[in-house]
Amino acid sequence: MEKLSLFLGCIVPNRYPGIEKATKFCLEKLDIDVSDLPEASCCPAPGVFKSFDKATWLALASRNIVLSEKLERDILTVCNGCYGSLADANLELKKDPELMACTNRCLKEIGMEFKGTVEVRHIIEFLYKEVGPEELKEYITTPLDLNVALHYGCHLIKPSRDRKLGETEAPVFFDELVEATGAKSVDYTDKMMCCGAGGGVRSGHAVESLKMLEHKLACIRQAGVDCIVNACPFCHLQFDRGQLAVNEKFGTDYSIPVLHYSQLLGLALGFSPYELGIEQNAIQNIEFLAKIYEISAGLR
Amino acid sequence: MNEKLPKVLKAAGLDILSCMQCGTCTGSCPSGRQTALNTRRILRDARKNRVAILSDDALWLCTTCYTCQERCPRNIPITEALLELRRLAIKEGFMLPEHRKISEMVVEFGHAVPLDKETKQKREELGLDPIPETVQKYPEALQELRNLLKACKFDEIVAQK
Repeated sequence: MEKLSLFLGCIVPNRYPGIEKATKFCLEKLDIDVSDLPEASCCPAPGVFKSFDKATWLALASRNIVLSEKLERDILTVCNGCYGSLADANLELKKDPELMACTNRCLKEIGMEFKGTVEVRHIIEFLYKEVGPEELKEYITTPLDLNVALHYGCHLIKPSRDRKLGETEAPVFFDELVEATGAKSVDYTDKMMCCGAGGGVRSGHAVESLKMLEHKLACIRQAGVDCIVNACPFCHLQFDRGQLAVNEKFGTDYSIPVLHYSQLLGLALGFSPYELGIEQNAIQNIEFLAKIYEISAGLR
Repeated sequence: MNEKLPKVLKAAGLDILSCMQCGTCTGSCPSGRQTALNTRRILRDARKNRVAILSDDALWLCTTCYTCQERCPRNIPITEALLELRRLAIKEGFMLPEHRKISEMVVEFGHAVPLDKETKQKREELGLDPIPETVQKYPEALQELRNLLKACKFDEIVAQK
């Protein structure tokens, strides 16, 4: 299916609208047919709902999927958490008729029926498979002379049995998309490690979550990069707002800019940090912004 | 002997009996490096039906990163088994107050993280509609979502025990 609906989830529209704006800019430039998905709710958050009750998790996820089925569009997510919830639920329901019947009994209460007619896509795997890094390069107007610490996040690629995006210890497809913008994806210690936010840990065990984040940040700082790039607003929130919390908790002085891939690509497509909401981040790094404006003005 | 834990896991299609206690899971765990989470021990305790693990906070220190599951030499769906144990713990009434609050947010607003004043302003600065095109903009859809949660008896699950 070529047509997509944009599933916003919670953190993008309600905390980091810059990612919403950047995603819409990029998809328009790439001439990808994407619509809104009105009335969609929380995916629902896998760390809590999938950990609480499977039937409720499936019901809420399938309601979101049905909204897109009605539009005859595949769902596009820009969040690993939403991708995990929606793609997992979609797959489980499609392969288990009994589970589908059970979920449809709940959906019937609100006059809905899950049919299993659409796919759930993540913007990174979508861009990689349907556009490809080579073709993407042709759209780039502002090659980015940046060193980037790429964070894949967990649920984009795992469980690999279901994602089918290759092996998970040292994947490269996302790095290729980053490098298509002209940036360099710098290797760093524990690159594939979790940001520490998922599974309800950020909300339930804040200090432990920040300890994991601090370890990631230390590894990233050692690599000497310009910014962190992610594909998940929850990782984004953990890296951005979490940095301030880490500084407060552990007396550190991290100030590493954090960009969602849509925002990185947006810069390379000629949009400004202001238009992409990068300046709305909790981390305000003037040096980084100055560098971006210099790149955009052709001074670097 | 009441073999509840292995039985529940098996019924969910999650066989942990082939675990040989090699510890690859614990050695791979990003949380376990910083916290009291010991995945290998949880698997052993589940197999031995030590129900005390259901009330152990460690169950909620897993970020569900799936590294243990990917690396398990016996291909045990470890993360999925842990999620099943969590669901059992919830049934027994073990729920962190922070997680209960997130559930209540979804019931009230349709979102785990609802819109706030600051973000509304940020949306306007970007030229976006201050209220996103989601369930929070459509009262009827929000009511429908609440009805669905009720049909799943979710209110009973999150009710204080």
